[in-house]
Amino acid sequence: MTTHTDRAYERDLNNLRERLLVMGKRVQAMIAESVLALTARDSKLAEHVLKSDLAVNRLELEIDDLCRKIIALRQPAASDLRLITTAVKIVTDLERVGDLAVNIAERATDLNKAEPLPSYDDLPRLAELAQSQLRNALESFVKRDVVQAERVLTSDDFLDALFVKLFNELLQLMMEESKTIRRATSLLFVAKHLERIGDHATNVAEMVIYLVKGTDVRHPTSRTGG
Amino acid sequence: MSAQPKVKVRRLSIHYRDKTAVKNLDLDIAERQVLALIGPSGCGKSTFLRALNRMNDLIPGARQEGEVLLDGQDINGREIDVVDLRRRVGMVFQKSNPFPKSIFENVAFGLRIAGLRDKAELTARVEASLHHAALWDEVKDRLAESALSLSGGQQQRLCIARALAIEPEVVLMDEPASALDPLSTAKIEELMHELKSRYTIVIVTHNMQQAARVSDQTAFFYMGELIEVGSTAHLFTNPGVKRTEDYVTGKFG
Repeated sequence: MTTHTDRAYERDLNNLRERLLVMGKRVQAMIAESVLALTARDSKLAEHVLKSDLAVNRLELEIDDLCRKIIALRQPAASDLRLITTAVKIVTDLERVGDLAVNIAERATDLNKAEPLPSYDDLPRLAELAQSQLRNALESFVKRDVVQAERVLTSDDFLDALFVKLFNELLQLMMEESKTIRRATSLLFVAKHLERIGDHATNVAEMVIYLVKGTDVRHPTSRTGG
Repeated sequence: MSAQPKVKVRRLSIHYRDKTAVKNLDLDIAERQVLALIGPSGCGKSTFLRALNRMNDLIPGARQEGEVLLDGQDINGREIDVVDLRRRVGMVFQKSNPFPKSIFENVAFGLRIAGLRDKAELTARVEASLHHAALWDEVKDRLAESALSLSGGQQQRLCIARALAIEPEVVLMDEPASALDPLSTAKIEELMHELKSRYTIVIVTHNMQQAARVSDQTAFFYMGELIEVGSTAHLFTNPGVKRTEDYVTGKFG
Protein backbone atom coordinates (compact mmCIF):
# COMPACT_ATOMS: atom_id res chain seq x y z
CA MET A 1 0.00 0.00 0.00
CA THR A 2 1.31 3.44 -0.93
CA THR A 3 1.78 5.90 1.88
CA HIS A 4 1.73 9.69 1.92
CA THR A 5 4.95 11.38 0.90
CA ASP A 6 4.46 13.67 3.89
CA ARG A 7 4.97 11.30 6.81
CA ALA A 8 3.57 13.69 9.38
CA TYR A 9 0.30 13.66 7.42
CA GLU A 10 0.40 9.87 7.32
CA ARG A 11 0.84 9.86 11.11
CA ASP A 12 -2.10 12.23 11.58
CA LEU A 13 -4.39 9.96 9.58
CA ASN A 14 -3.17 6.82 11.37
CA ASN A 15 -3.66 8.54 14.68
CA LEU A 16 -7.22 9.40 13.67
CA ARG A 17 -7.99 5.79 12.73
CA GLU A 18 -6.44 4.56 15.95
CA ARG A 19 -8.41 6.98 18.15
CA LEU A 20 -11.64 5.89 16.45
CA LEU A 21 -10.83 2.27 17.20
CA VAL A 22 -10.03 3.04 20.83
CA MET A 23 -13.38 4.78 21.08
CA GLY A 24 -15.14 1.90 19.33
CA LYS A 25 -13.61 -0.66 21.71
CA ARG A 26 -14.55 1.45 24.66
CA VAL A 27 -18.24 1.73 23.73
CA GLN A 28 -18.40 -1.97 22.89
CA ALA A 29 -17.17 -2.72 26.40
CA MET A 30 -19.76 -0.31 27.79
CA ILE A 31 -22.60 -2.17 26.09
CA ALA A 32 -21.32 -5.52 27.37
CA GLU A 33 -20.96 -4.19 30.89
CA SER A 34 -24.30 -2.46 30.99
CA VAL A 35 -26.12 -5.59 29.85
CA LEU A 36 -24.15 -7.76 32.29
CA ALA A 37 -24.97 -5.29 35.05
CA LEU A 38 -28.59 -6.16 34.31
CA THR A 39 -28.41 -9.90 33.70
CA ALA A 40 -25.91 -10.60 36.50
CA ARG A 41 -27.60 -8.02 38.74
CA ASP A 42 -24.22 -6.35 39.34
CA SER A 43 -24.62 -2.62 39.94
CA LYS A 44 -20.85 -2.14 40.31
CA LEU A 45 -20.56 -2.79 36.58
CA ALA A 46 -23.20 -0.14 35.96
CA GLU A 47 -21.10 2.39 37.84
CA HIS A 48 -18.12 1.53 35.70
CA VAL A 49 -20.16 2.24 32.57
CA LEU A 50 -20.83 5.76 33.82
CA LYS A 51 -17.10 6.30 34.30
CA SER A 52 -16.32 4.98 30.83
CA ASP A 53 -18.76 7.45 29.34
CA LEU A 54 -16.58 10.36 30.45
CA ALA A 55 -13.64 8.86 28.59
CA VAL A 56 -15.78 8.31 25.49
CA ASN A 57 -16.94 11.92 25.57
CA ARG A 58 -13.33 13.06 25.78
CA LEU A 59 -12.50 10.88 22.79
CA GLU A 60 -15.30 12.47 20.80
CA LEU A 61 -13.90 15.94 21.45
CA GLU A 62 -10.39 14.78 20.69
CA ILE A 63 -11.35 13.13 17.38
CA ASP A 64 -13.44 16.08 16.25
CA ASP A 65 -10.54 18.38 17.01
CA LEU A 66 -8.14 16.16 15.09
CA CYS A 67 -10.49 16.14 12.07
CA ARG A 68 -10.77 19.93 12.10
CA LYS A 69 -7.00 20.27 12.24
CA ILE A 70 -6.47 17.87 9.35
CA ILE A 71 -9.05 19.71 7.22
CA ALA A 72 -7.53 23.11 8.00
CA LEU A 73 -3.89 22.13 7.66
CA ARG A 74 -3.86 19.38 5.05
CA GLN A 75 -6.82 20.03 2.75
CA PRO A 76 -7.48 16.30 2.41
CA ALA A 77 -8.73 14.91 -0.91
CA ALA A 78 -10.22 11.70 -2.27
CA SER A 79 -10.04 8.75 0.16
CA ASP A 80 -8.41 10.95 2.83
CA LEU A 81 -11.33 13.36 2.58
CA ARG A 82 -13.75 10.46 2.80
CA LEU A 83 -11.95 9.18 5.89
CA ILE A 84 -12.29 12.57 7.62
CA THR A 85 -15.99 12.96 6.78
CA THR A 86 -16.57 9.36 7.86
CA ALA A 87 -14.75 9.95 11.13
CA VAL A 88 -16.76 13.09 11.88
CA LYS A 89 -19.98 11.14 11.32
CA ILE A 90 -19.22 7.89 13.11
CA VAL A 91 -17.74 9.61 16.13
CA THR A 92 -21.24 10.97 16.76
CA ASP A 93 -22.76 7.49 16.41
CA LEU A 94 -20.23 6.00 18.79
CA GLU A 95 -20.81 8.72 21.34
CA ARG A 96 -24.56 8.10 21.13
CA VAL A 97 -23.98 4.36 21.65
CA GLY A 98 -22.03 5.26 24.78
CA ASP A 99 -24.99 7.33 26.02
CA LEU A 100 -27.37 4.45 25.34
CA ALA A 101 -25.11 2.10 27.32
CA VAL A 102 -25.30 4.61 30.17
CA ASN A 103 -29.08 4.59 29.93
CA ILE A 104 -29.10 0.79 30.08
CA ALA A 105 -26.76 0.87 33.07
CA GLU A 106 -29.06 3.31 34.87
CA ARG A 107 -32.05 1.05 34.23
CA ALA A 108 -30.00 -1.90 35.47
CA THR A 109 -29.17 -0.13 38.73
CA ASP A 110 -32.83 0.61 39.19
CA LEU A 111 -33.98 -2.91 38.34
CA ASN A 112 -31.33 -4.54 40.53
CA LYS A 113 -33.00 -2.96 43.58
CA ALA A 114 -36.27 -4.74 42.85
CA GLU A 115 -37.34 -8.39 42.69
CA PRO A 116 -36.12 -10.02 39.46
CA LEU A 117 -38.69 -10.63 36.77
CA PRO A 118 -39.14 -14.10 35.27
CA SER A 119 -36.32 -14.95 32.89
CA TYR A 120 -36.38 -13.10 29.60
CA ASP A 121 -33.97 -14.95 27.30
CA ASP A 122 -34.55 -12.72 24.33
CA LEU A 123 -32.98 -9.73 26.06
CA PRO A 124 -29.45 -11.20 26.26
CA ARG A 125 -29.92 -12.37 22.66
CA LEU A 126 -30.91 -8.87 21.59
CA ALA A 127 -27.90 -7.50 23.47
CA GLU A 128 -25.61 -10.02 21.79
CA LEU A 129 -27.00 -9.10 18.36
CA ALA A 130 -26.58 -5.36 18.98
CA GLN A 131 -23.01 -5.90 20.14
CA SER A 132 -22.12 -8.10 17.20
CA GLN A 133 -23.62 -5.54 14.80
CA LEU A 134 -21.41 -2.80 16.23
CA ARG A 135 -18.41 -5.11 16.35
CA ASN A 136 -18.88 -6.06 12.70
CA ALA A 137 -19.40 -2.44 11.66
CA LEU A 138 -16.17 -1.40 13.36
CA GLU A 139 -14.33 -4.40 11.99
CA SER A 140 -15.51 -3.53 8.47
CA PHE A 141 -14.08 -0.05 9.08
CA VAL A 142 -10.69 -1.45 10.09
CA LYS A 143 -10.57 -3.92 7.22
CA ARG A 144 -12.28 -1.57 4.74
CA ASP A 145 -14.55 -4.53 4.02
CA VAL A 146 -17.65 -3.50 2.06
CA VAL A 147 -19.16 -7.00 2.12
CA GLN A 148 -19.02 -7.12 5.89
CA ALA A 149 -20.51 -3.61 6.09
CA GLU A 150 -23.34 -4.62 3.79
CA ARG A 151 -24.01 -7.65 5.98
CA VAL A 152 -24.47 -5.29 8.93
CA LEU A 153 -27.13 -3.41 6.97
CA THR A 154 -29.12 -6.54 6.13
CA SER A 155 -28.75 -8.04 9.62
CA ASP A 156 -30.46 -5.06 11.19
CA ASP A 157 -33.79 -6.69 10.31
CA PHE A 158 -33.08 -9.58 12.73
CA LEU A 159 -32.50 -7.11 15.50
CA ASP A 160 -35.70 -5.24 14.74
CA ALA A 161 -37.69 -8.51 14.60
CA LEU A 162 -36.27 -9.65 17.93
CA PHE A 163 -37.12 -6.29 19.47
CA VAL A 164 -40.74 -6.61 18.33
CA LYS A 165 -40.89 -10.13 19.75
CA LEU A 166 -39.51 -8.97 23.09
CA PHE A 167 -41.85 -6.00 23.09
CA ASN A 168 -44.84 -8.35 22.72
CA GLU A 169 -43.55 -10.68 25.43
CA LEU A 170 -43.16 -7.83 27.89
CA LEU A 171 -46.57 -6.47 26.97
CA GLN A 172 -48.05 -9.89 27.64
CA LEU A 173 -46.32 -9.99 31.03
CA MET A 174 -47.68 -6.57 31.96
CA MET A 175 -51.22 -7.55 30.98
CA GLU A 176 -51.04 -10.70 33.05
CA GLU A 177 -49.47 -9.13 36.15
CA SER A 178 -49.95 -5.44 36.64
CA LYS A 179 -47.38 -5.31 39.45
CA THR A 180 -44.64 -6.00 36.87
CA ILE A 181 -45.48 -2.90 34.82
CA ARG A 182 -42.78 -0.68 36.30
CA ARG A 183 -40.00 -3.25 35.88
CA ALA A 184 -41.24 -4.49 32.51
CA THR A 185 -41.37 -0.91 31.21
CA SER A 186 -37.77 -0.46 32.29
CA LEU A 187 -36.84 -3.59 30.39
CA LEU A 188 -38.74 -2.29 27.39
CA PHE A 189 -36.55 0.80 27.46
CA VAL A 190 -33.45 -1.38 27.65
CA ALA A 191 -34.66 -3.33 24.64
CA LYS A 192 -35.34 -0.09 22.76
CA HIS A 193 -31.84 1.20 23.60
CA LEU A 194 -30.33 -2.02 22.23
CA GLU A 195 -32.36 -1.70 19.07
CA ARG A 196 -31.10 1.89 18.72
CA ILE A 197 -27.52 0.70 19.16
CA GLY A 198 -28.15 -1.55 16.17
CA ASP A 199 -29.28 1.51 14.17
CA HIS A 200 -26.07 3.33 15.04
CA ALA A 201 -24.12 0.26 13.92
CA THR A 202 -25.86 0.45 10.53
CA ASN A 203 -24.98 4.16 10.32
CA VAL A 204 -21.34 3.26 10.85
CA ALA A 205 -21.57 0.50 8.23
CA GLU A 206 -23.14 2.90 5.70
CA MET A 207 -20.26 5.30 6.21
CA VAL A 208 -17.76 2.47 5.74
CA ILE A 209 -19.30 1.76 2.33
CA TYR A 210 -18.96 5.46 1.49
CA LEU A 211 -15.37 5.47 2.76
CA VAL A 212 -14.34 2.54 0.59
CA LYS A 213 -16.46 2.94 -2.53
CA GLY A 214 -17.27 6.64 -2.50
CA THR A 215 -20.97 5.92 -2.93
CA ASP A 216 -23.46 7.14 -0.38
CA VAL A 217 -25.95 4.33 0.32
CA ARG A 218 -27.98 6.22 2.90
CA HIS A 219 -31.62 7.13 2.29
CA PRO A 220 -31.94 5.57 -1.16
CA THR A 221 -35.50 6.84 -1.59
CA SER A 222 -34.55 10.47 -0.88
CA ARG A 223 -31.89 10.47 -3.55
CA THR A 224 -32.20 13.03 -6.32
CA GLY A 225 -30.01 11.99 -9.23
CA GLY A 226 -26.54 13.48 -9.44
CA MET B 1 -22.62 17.95 -21.42
CA SER B 2 -24.92 18.00 -24.37
CA ALA B 3 -23.26 20.81 -26.35
CA GLN B 4 -20.48 20.11 -28.83
CA PRO B 5 -17.04 20.35 -27.25
CA LYS B 6 -15.17 23.54 -28.11
CA VAL B 7 -11.95 21.60 -28.60
CA LYS B 8 -11.62 17.95 -29.51
CA VAL B 9 -8.27 16.27 -29.19
CA ARG B 10 -7.84 12.96 -30.99
CA ARG B 11 -4.91 10.50 -30.72
CA LEU B 12 -2.52 13.35 -29.99
CA SER B 13 1.14 12.45 -29.48
CA ILE B 14 3.92 15.00 -29.13
CA HIS B 15 7.61 14.16 -29.27
CA TYR B 16 10.70 16.23 -28.52
CA ARG B 17 13.47 14.58 -30.54
CA ASP B 18 13.72 11.13 -28.86
CA LYS B 19 11.38 11.83 -25.96
CA THR B 20 7.60 11.39 -26.12
CA ALA B 21 5.97 14.10 -24.03
CA VAL B 22 2.31 13.36 -24.79
CA LYS B 23 1.09 9.87 -25.67
CA ASN B 24 -1.94 9.12 -27.81
CA LEU B 25 -4.27 11.45 -26.00
CA ASP B 26 -8.02 11.85 -26.50
CA LEU B 27 -9.82 14.66 -24.70
CA ASP B 28 -12.87 16.88 -25.18
CA ILE B 29 -12.86 20.42 -23.81
CA ALA B 30 -16.33 21.76 -23.11
CA GLU B 31 -17.26 25.29 -24.18
CA ARG B 32 -17.45 27.95 -21.47
CA GLN B 33 -16.06 25.76 -18.77
CA VAL B 34 -12.77 25.69 -16.94
CA LEU B 35 -10.62 22.62 -17.48
CA ALA B 36 -7.68 22.18 -15.10
CA LEU B 37 -4.67 20.09 -16.07
CA ILE B 38 -2.83 18.60 -13.13
CA GLY B 39 0.06 16.21 -12.75
CA PRO B 40 3.69 16.09 -11.63
CA SER B 41 6.43 18.04 -13.44
CA GLY B 42 7.26 16.54 -16.79
CA CYS B 43 3.90 14.79 -17.15
CA GLY B 44 3.14 16.56 -20.43
CA LYS B 45 0.45 18.95 -19.27
CA SER B 46 2.21 22.15 -20.39
CA THR B 47 3.21 20.53 -23.68
CA PHE B 48 -0.41 19.58 -24.18
CA LEU B 49 -1.55 23.11 -23.34
CA ARG B 50 0.85 24.59 -25.88
CA ALA B 51 -0.45 22.21 -28.54
CA LEU B 52 -3.82 23.94 -28.29
CA ASN B 53 -2.52 27.11 -29.95
CA ARG B 54 0.51 25.64 -31.69
CA MET B 55 3.11 27.16 -29.41
CA ASN B 56 5.07 23.92 -29.82
CA ASP B 57 5.70 24.97 -33.45
CA LEU B 58 8.33 27.28 -32.01
CA ILE B 59 10.24 24.46 -30.29
CA PRO B 60 12.97 22.93 -32.46
CA GLY B 61 12.66 19.15 -32.78
CA ALA B 62 9.04 19.02 -31.63
CA ARG B 63 6.85 16.67 -33.70
CA GLN B 64 3.19 15.93 -33.41
CA GLU B 65 0.71 13.26 -34.50
CA GLY B 66 -3.05 13.24 -34.18
CA GLU B 67 -5.56 16.05 -34.33
CA VAL B 68 -6.62 19.11 -32.36
CA LEU B 69 -10.01 20.29 -33.58
CA LEU B 70 -11.23 23.77 -32.71
CA ASP B 71 -14.96 23.95 -33.48
CA GLY B 72 -14.41 20.86 -35.60
CA GLN B 73 -11.54 22.33 -37.63
CA ASP B 74 -8.03 20.88 -37.46
CA ILE B 75 -5.79 23.67 -36.14
CA ASN B 76 -2.76 22.09 -37.78
CA GLY B 77 -4.43 22.12 -41.20
CA ARG B 78 -2.70 23.80 -44.15
CA GLU B 79 -5.33 26.51 -44.47
CA ILE B 80 -4.92 27.62 -40.86
CA ASP B 81 -3.21 30.97 -40.26
CA VAL B 82 -1.35 30.48 -37.00
CA VAL B 83 -1.58 34.17 -36.07
CA ASP B 84 -5.33 33.99 -36.49
CA LEU B 85 -5.39 30.76 -34.44
CA ARG B 86 -3.53 32.43 -31.58
CA ARG B 87 -5.98 35.30 -31.72
CA ARG B 88 -8.77 32.80 -31.18
CA VAL B 89 -6.82 30.80 -28.61
CA GLY B 90 -5.05 33.25 -26.31
CA MET B 91 -2.47 32.48 -23.67
CA VAL B 92 -1.43 33.75 -20.25
CA PHE B 93 1.93 32.62 -18.92
CA GLN B 94 3.32 31.76 -15.51
CA LYS B 95 5.48 34.83 -15.34
CA SER B 96 3.62 38.00 -16.18
CA ASN B 97 5.26 39.54 -19.22
CA PRO B 98 3.91 43.04 -19.80
CA PHE B 99 5.58 45.04 -22.55
CA PRO B 100 7.69 48.00 -21.37
CA LYS B 101 4.93 50.34 -22.47
CA SER B 102 2.08 52.12 -20.79
CA ILE B 103 -0.79 50.21 -19.21
CA PHE B 104 -3.06 51.42 -22.01
CA GLU B 105 -0.66 50.45 -24.79
CA ASN B 106 -0.19 46.95 -23.38
CA VAL B 107 -3.88 46.21 -23.74
CA ALA B 108 -4.20 48.11 -27.03
CA PHE B 109 -1.23 46.27 -28.55
CA GLY B 110 -3.06 43.30 -30.03
CA LEU B 111 -5.88 45.51 -31.24
CA ARG B 112 -3.49 47.81 -33.10
CA ILE B 113 -1.84 44.79 -34.71
CA ALA B 114 -5.28 43.59 -35.74
CA GLY B 115 -5.64 46.91 -37.54
CA LEU B 116 -7.91 48.80 -35.18
CA ARG B 117 -7.22 52.52 -35.66
CA ASP B 118 -10.39 54.20 -34.41
CA LYS B 119 -9.34 56.01 -31.23
CA ALA B 120 -12.74 55.91 -29.56
CA GLU B 121 -13.22 52.23 -30.21
CA LEU B 122 -9.68 51.46 -29.12
CA THR B 123 -10.30 53.26 -25.82
CA ALA B 124 -13.59 51.47 -25.31
CA ARG B 125 -12.08 48.04 -25.98
CA VAL B 126 -9.13 48.70 -23.64
CA GLU B 127 -11.48 49.83 -20.90
CA ALA B 128 -13.76 46.80 -21.38
CA SER B 129 -10.81 44.40 -21.25
CA LEU B 130 -9.47 45.99 -18.08
CA HIS B 131 -12.95 45.63 -16.59
CA HIS B 132 -13.10 41.97 -17.59
CA ALA B 133 -9.71 41.39 -16.03
CA ALA B 134 -10.93 43.05 -12.81
CA LEU B 135 -8.18 45.65 -13.03
CA TRP B 136 -10.00 48.77 -14.19
CA ASP B 137 -10.69 50.29 -10.78
CA GLU B 138 -7.04 50.01 -9.82
CA VAL B 139 -5.58 51.54 -12.98
CA LYS B 140 -8.22 53.84 -14.47
CA ASP B 141 -6.40 56.98 -13.27
CA ARG B 142 -2.95 55.87 -14.39
CA LEU B 143 -3.42 54.36 -17.84
CA ALA B 144 -0.45 56.28 -19.22
CA GLU B 145 1.93 54.98 -16.59
CA SER B 146 4.35 52.18 -17.34
CA ALA B 147 2.93 48.68 -16.96
CA LEU B 148 6.10 47.82 -15.07
CA SER B 149 5.01 50.11 -12.23
CA LEU B 150 2.20 47.70 -11.38
CA SER B 151 2.44 45.01 -8.68
CA GLY B 152 2.99 41.38 -9.68
CA GLY B 153 -0.67 40.50 -9.30
CA GLN B 154 -1.73 43.59 -11.27
CA GLN B 155 0.77 42.80 -14.01
CA GLN B 156 -0.68 39.31 -14.34
CA ARG B 157 -4.20 40.70 -14.58
CA LEU B 158 -2.91 43.20 -17.15
CA CYS B 159 -1.61 40.26 -19.20
CA ILE B 160 -5.04 38.67 -18.90
CA ALA B 161 -6.63 41.96 -20.06
CA ARG B 162 -4.20 42.00 -22.98
CA ALA B 163 -5.19 38.43 -23.88
CA LEU B 164 -8.88 39.28 -23.59
CA ALA B 165 -8.68 42.49 -25.64
CA ILE B 166 -8.54 40.62 -28.92
CA GLU B 167 -11.60 38.62 -27.84
CA PRO B 168 -10.28 35.08 -27.95
CA GLU B 169 -12.60 32.10 -27.72
CA VAL B 170 -10.28 29.96 -25.65
CA VAL B 171 -7.87 31.21 -22.98
CA LEU B 172 -4.93 29.00 -22.02
CA MET B 173 -3.32 29.70 -18.67
CA ASP B 174 -0.02 28.16 -17.69
CA GLU B 175 0.41 28.47 -13.92
CA PRO B 176 -1.07 31.99 -13.96
CA ALA B 177 -0.96 32.50 -10.19
CA SER B 178 2.07 30.52 -9.11
CA ALA B 179 4.15 33.62 -8.45
CA LEU B 180 1.39 35.62 -6.78
CA ASP B 181 0.44 36.26 -3.16
CA PRO B 182 -2.85 34.80 -1.82
CA LEU B 183 -4.90 37.96 -2.39
CA SER B 184 -3.75 38.35 -6.00
CA THR B 185 -4.30 34.63 -6.49
CA ALA B 186 -7.84 34.94 -5.15
CA LYS B 187 -8.46 37.81 -7.60
CA ILE B 188 -7.24 35.72 -10.54
CA GLU B 189 -9.37 32.77 -9.40
CA GLU B 190 -12.44 34.95 -8.96
CA LEU B 191 -11.73 36.33 -12.41
CA MET B 192 -11.75 32.84 -13.87
CA HIS B 193 -15.22 32.24 -12.48
CA GLU B 194 -16.34 35.44 -14.22
CA LEU B 195 -14.56 34.74 -17.47
CA LYS B 196 -16.00 31.33 -18.07
CA SER B 197 -19.38 32.81 -18.95
CA ARG B 198 -17.67 34.14 -22.09
CA TYR B 199 -14.59 32.03 -22.68
CA THR B 200 -13.42 28.44 -22.61
CA ILE B 201 -10.52 28.25 -20.17
CA VAL B 202 -7.78 25.66 -19.84
CA ILE B 203 -5.43 26.08 -16.89
CA VAL B 204 -2.28 24.23 -15.95
CA THR B 205 -1.59 24.34 -12.24
CA HIS B 206 0.61 22.62 -9.71
CA ASN B 207 -1.63 23.85 -6.95
CA MET B 208 -4.25 21.16 -6.55
CA GLN B 209 -6.44 23.24 -4.27
CA GLN B 210 -6.44 25.87 -6.99
CA ALA B 211 -7.51 23.31 -9.58
CA ALA B 212 -10.25 22.21 -7.19
CA ARG B 213 -11.40 25.79 -6.62
CA VAL B 214 -11.50 27.10 -10.16
CA SER B 215 -12.28 24.25 -12.53
CA ASP B 216 -15.36 22.38 -13.65
CA GLN B 217 -13.39 19.51 -15.14
CA THR B 218 -9.99 18.22 -14.13
CA ALA B 219 -7.61 16.10 -16.19
CA PHE B 220 -4.80 14.23 -14.50
CA PHE B 221 -1.65 13.62 -16.56
CA TYR B 222 1.14 11.24 -15.69
CA MET B 223 4.22 10.49 -17.79
CA GLY B 224 2.67 11.83 -20.95
CA GLU B 225 -0.60 9.99 -20.56
CA LEU B 226 -4.03 11.25 -19.67
CA ILE B 227 -4.82 9.03 -16.70
CA GLU B 228 -8.22 10.35 -15.81
CA VAL B 229 -10.55 13.22 -16.68
CA GLY B 230 -13.84 14.02 -15.04
CA SER B 231 -15.82 16.52 -13.03
CA THR B 232 -13.54 18.26 -10.56
CA ALA B 233 -15.81 17.47 -7.61
CA HIS B 234 -15.71 13.79 -8.50
CA LEU B 235 -11.97 13.66 -9.15
CA PHE B 236 -11.19 15.21 -5.77
CA THR B 237 -13.64 13.13 -3.73
CA ASN B 238 -13.72 9.79 -5.48
CA PRO B 239 -11.25 9.37 -8.32
CA GLY B 240 -11.64 6.26 -10.43
CA VAL B 241 -7.99 5.45 -10.93
CA LYS B 242 -5.52 4.61 -8.18
CA ARG B 243 -2.78 6.77 -9.69
CA THR B 244 -5.08 9.79 -9.54
CA GLU B 245 -6.01 8.92 -5.97
CA ASP B 246 -2.33 8.71 -5.02
CA TYR B 247 -1.59 12.05 -6.66
CA VAL B 248 -4.46 14.07 -5.18
CA THR B 249 -3.83 12.62 -1.72
CA GLY B 250 -0.09 13.26 -1.94
CA LYS B 251 1.04 9.65 -2.05
CA PHE B 252 3.62 9.94 -4.81
CA GLY B 253 6.78 8.13 -3.81
